[in-house]
Amino acid sequence: MHPEKTISSDFEPKVIAFVCTWCTYAGADLAGTSRMQYPSNVRVLKFPCTGRIDPVFILKAFQQGADGVLVSGCHPGDCHYIAGNFHARRRFAAFRKLLEFVGVDLQRLQFSWVSAAEGGKWVEVVTELTEKVRAMGPMMEFKELALEEQWSGAMISPELQDAYRQI
Amino acid sequence: MSRIGVFICHCGENISRTVDVERVAAHAAALPGVAYATEYKYMCSDPGQTLLKKAIREQRLTHVVVAACSPRMHERTFRKAVEAAGLNPYLCEMANIREHCSWVHEDREQATVKACDIVGMMVERTKKNRVLPTITVPVTKRSLVIGGGIAGIQAALDIADSGHEVVLVEREPSIGGHMAQLSETFPTLDCSQCIMTPKMVDVANHPKITLYTYSEIELVEGYIGNFQVTVRKRARSVDERTCTGCGVCMTKCPQKKIPNKFDQYIGMRTAIYVPFPQAVPNTPVIDRENCTRFKTGKCGVCQKVCGPGAVDFEQQDTLIVEAVGAIVVATGFDLYSISEKPKGSPIKGYGEFGHGKIPDVIDGMTFERLASASGPTGGKIVRPSDGREPKQIVFIQCIGSRAREKGISYCSKVCCMYTAKHTMLYHHKVHDGQAYVFFMDARTPGKSYDEFWRRSIEEEEAVYIRGMVSRLYQKGDKIVVMGSDIAVGVQVEIEADMVVLATAVQPQQGADLLAQKLGISYDKYNFYSEAHAKLRPVECATAGIFLAGACQGPKDIPETVSQASAAAAKVMTLFSKERLEREPIVARVREVGCVGCFACKKVCAYGAVEEKEIRDRQGNLLRVVASVNPGVCAGCGTCQATCPSKCVELDGYTDEQIVAMIEAL
Ligand SMILES: Cc1cc2nc3c(=O)[nH]c(=O)nc-3n(C[C@H](O)[C@H](O)[C@H](O)COP(=O)(O)OP(=O)(O)OC[C@H]3O[C@@H](n4cnc5c(N)ncnc54)[C@H](O)[C@@H]3O)c2cc1C
Ligand code: SF4
Ligand code: SF4
Repeated sequence: MHPEKTISSDFEPKVIAFVCTWCTYAGADLAGTSRMQYPSNVRVLKFPCTGRIDPVFILKAFQQGADGVLVSGCHPGDCHYIAGNFHARRRFAAFRKLLEFVGVDLQRLQFSWVSAAEGGKWVEVVTELTEKVRAMGPMMEFKELALEEQWSGAMISPELQDAYRQI
Repeated sequence: MSRIGVFICHCGENISRTVDVERVAAHAAALPGVAYATEYKYMCSDPGQTLLKKAIREQRLTHVVVAACSPRMHERTFRKAVEAAGLNPYLCEMANIREHCSWVHEDREQATVKACDIVGMMVERTKKNRVLPTITVPVTKRSLVIGGGIAGIQAALDIADSGHEVVLVEREPSIGGHMAQLSETFPTLDCSQCIMTPKMVDVANHPKITLYTYSEIELVEGYIGNFQVTVRKRARSVDERTCTGCGVCMTKCPQKKIPNKFDQYIGMRTAIYVPFPQAVPNTPVIDRENCTRFKTGKCGVCQKVCGPGAVDFEQQDTLIVEAVGAIVVATGFDLYSISEKPKGSPIKGYGEFGHGKIPDVIDGMTFERLASASGPTGGKIVRPSDGREPKQIVFIQCIGSRAREKGISYCSKVCCMYTAKHTMLYHHKVHDGQAYVFFMDARTPGKSYDEFWRRSIEEEEAVYIRGMVSRLYQKGDKIVVMGSDIAVGVQVEIEADMVVLATAVQPQQGADLLAQKLGISYDKYNFYSEAHAKLRPVECATAGIFLAGACQGPKDIPETVSQASAAAAKVMTLFSKERLEREPIVARVREVGCVGCFACKKVCAYGAVEEKEIRDRQGNLLRVVASVNPGVCAGCGTCQATCPSKCVELDGYTDEQIVAMIEAL
């Protein structure tokens, strides 16, 4: 199916993390100030609150070739914005179902709570997800879809390309 | 076309040790839209900032990316520098290549590649940054203080002394809180009433303080600088303006046997009452549940004997709206009610130690009332059951506290010290008596605290037994206390006349409900949460609301007073400006597209989303759309991710900016 999987030994997965400023970003900072070590595969995008994270961003990340996506914010009850993380949690619960339905392996999408005091937990979560998707091999579903669409020639009009890029 | 400047910091060697900064600069320089890229040893230093400002002017830069430490460290610094060079500060972003890169990866190649990626991502984001105007909101220079214990009193006096008006709201008929109940206070043994009552009188007489007792907070609306608070002033049945406080009503009231809460229910009061003689205000309240007139329609003696005619049986609750700019929450604590489980309490252990069943098993606050010169026994320490002086007394510490398995894992902080105080007060009053203390360990950090504790053992002859009590039962008129002394490994059995339990300090009942009205956060025990445990210990995360005293966690009086004065200082800082400046990270609604579903309004925890009517020139209503009040919006962006028609956008975190970052990867 996926020939790339066989060369997974030197496959470096791309992991994108969507985190909130107040808890997880600060937790990742703490991992830094404590000089902890973790795989360099992760790229961090900062949001004010997990409540701001639109599920579309997660799709977009997979579409851009992410092999794993991490969403992390404050522990339930600790939200800097009172309840943003509760709204996020509800939203993502529904979104996961949708992804499952569409056929995305949910192993590639991880949610976690990492507080500003949990530098160690940040390292754990990132390392675990990176190693998990490394073992799973590259995420090909979106890439194949993109290839197919290009091959069929259906995407050649500039409007369509633009619309496609907007997703 | 943007002309972005990228500035890469070595951070001494903190970054350059693992990241090849020259390569990152070369990578940045080649990115479309980047006009200038350079690296420097310390970007945050004075020469570093000068370099930045000079480059902005000379290179006519439109945006700036500083690749250095975490934005949580220096974003302000660089935005200020950018502003000084004439650019809008929000056109500057930081790429975190230290905490998130050089410090956490050892491999130079990998770290360099990652640093290039982070810079690229921030360059793409910055291209989409817009000029954001500073937002200012007016400040109402009046303050609300909730709770009239020592914390609320101190905060109110400090703020009022600085010349600003204060509204003080207390739930009970009198201010004073728990400190007014105490006998003498550690570590100096000065009489609590003597240091407390003058402060209470100061509150009553202060021209800048409006005092509402027997009152509660009904509703809180608004935001920092602009709160509207509705106070429910409960019907007192006595007119405060005409009552002279003579107290003749109380002497004539036939209902004389009502257990007084202020005296921990061991003293009695009448149906028309002040909780204690030094109460402020000293206007009585009719307890309608126990008043003959309210129960049967007969009596009304108090009204007949009242000279100025202050008794008013028809009085109703009144609602008063107060506009304030800041709120200090000082609602204090309550003791773990070991004999009776409050409804819905998740804590276990209720009903233990015979409290509530054996009359001579009392809690620490009841001991305070017994030892207090103005208490129900006039300061005599006697048994509630038969009025005899206890000759053997056992104190048990850590009742409820530090018992994770039962639901409270914290230390109540004051019990070690007040138990030591109790053994002294006991020894001073019952010279031939013996005090025993069961304790886990003595925690006495505090100025003169350990000395005080030692004195109770070395000079006041208290016997401390390290260990917990396993069993306690009534035998004749004695209470048998069985426990183990783990220091020497033996079982101990004491036939006591009285047992005093140092029960845990908990937040006030209903503390969570008040927090929900205020929109502040609280921990799993209902103690209110400060914005930062170390650096912002008196502020709530919700702007404009401050904390003082035991409502935030167990505290003794010195700590409570310090925190109250600190909260007052924060309020005064807030009031020192005419208008408040705030980060312009707020949501905006694109009204043309808004369908008026108000999904955003439902998810906004701050009530920042309002309904706005759009009318034509004739004034006919066309549509109702959402509109965000920039003064109230906290900038979480939950509304944006919720809006089904994508019509609300959070400045500084727009979809465009975020998608640009994802696409850069
Ligand atoms: C037995 C015992 C002995 C102690 N002895 C000492 C000692 O010797 N020395 C020492 O330093 N400390 C001592 N302490 C600790 C001391 O009592 C506290 O530090 C102090 O009382 C805390 O003050 P506070 O104002 O925060 O709270 P509180 O005294 O509890 O005052 C809170 C006030 O807020 C009011 N309130 C509550 N909820 C609301 C609401 N929703 N709306 C309006 N008003 C509300 C309450 O009625 C009360 O008046 C002792 C504590 C105990 C239990
Ligand atoms: S009317 Fe009520 S409060 Fe007044 S004297 Fe009678 S019982 Fe007491
Ligand atoms: S950004 Fe958050 S606080 Fe602001 S209006 Fe939207 S939901 Fe409310």
